[in-house]
Amino acid sequence: MITVADMLTLSGVLFALAVAGIFLNRKNIILLLMCVELLLLSANFNFIAFSRMLGDLTGQVFVFFVLTVAAAESAIGLAILVVLFRERRSINVEDLNTLKG
Amino acid sequence: MPLTGEATAVLVEILFYLFATLLVAGALGVITARNPVYSALFLVFAFINSAGIWLLAEAEFLAIVLVLVYVGAVMVLFLFVVMMLDINLAELRRGFTRFAWLGWLTALALIAEITTVVWTRGMAGVDLSKGFVPEPAGFSNTRALGQVIYTRYAYPFELAAVLLVVAIVAAIALTLRRRPGLKSQDISLQVAVRAEDRVRLVKVATEKRS
Repeated sequence: MITVADMLTLSGVLFALAVAGIFLNRKNIILLLMCVELLLLSANFNFIAFSRMLGDLTGQVFVFFVLTVAAAESAIGLAILVVLFRERRSINVEDLNTLKG
Repeated sequence: MPLTGEATAVLVEILFYLFATLLVAGALGVITARNPVYSALFLVFAFINSAGIWLLAEAEFLAIVLVLVYVGAVMVLFLFVVMMLDINLAELRRGFTRFAWLGWLTALALIAEITTVVWTRGMAGVDLSKGFVPEPAGFSNTRALGQVIYTRYAYPFELAAVLLVVAIVAAIALTLRRRPGLKSQDISLQVAVRAEDRVRLVKVATEKRS
């Protein structure tokens, strides 16, 4: 029997790994986008766990919307990445210094 | 099929731990792989294992959507972009280990905090060690979800559709590029052409035979 605690722990481990991935691959925009996908996945685990625990489908509906937003986000993110690569011939985060931030 | 019975419960638990181990291994692969292509493939592996866990948690519709949308579309897009770009990997890998200790430290702290909260502190009034109540026989997760989405959440559902249209338009508008000097067809111009514009009848004076 899967318990809520199991699911929450798994989601926490997944979230921590994705955060570590953002630290490790801080130069590579593609890897950063993939780590964001992992973060959203771990959040979805929580939604499903609580939805099943409470017997309320709203959580699963929300996962559905999160998946939609994540798909839109990665499509636009990759489009920006392609334009950026055409402009700079690089996807290194350190080369994005036009705004001097 | 409802997940009831002693033997099924044990099987579900074994499968959960198997999928969870593979999922964590896949996530580790994503963040440590040397090549972005391997990272993308590890992410596909992680998504498939998540879909397995969601199936075990009886969220069947979302499991199928995860496989279809993520593995089928989003990750293919990622792979396509990774393979299309000519990336200097050595430059991106430089300094990989510089802040690695900070990353692992943050991860360990996060895991410690979350496991402490979940396993020892718990939440007020919520029993987290309770297993999921199996759905009754003949229960369709997809049907139940559809009944909620198309009634109570019909408006947000339409907003999601609008969001996807905006994403499509934005992605195409961003990557569309007009290159001058490219030889291409303009169908409307071709259709609108008239014979007078193309054919010029010239009266040539006949020459005398010498």
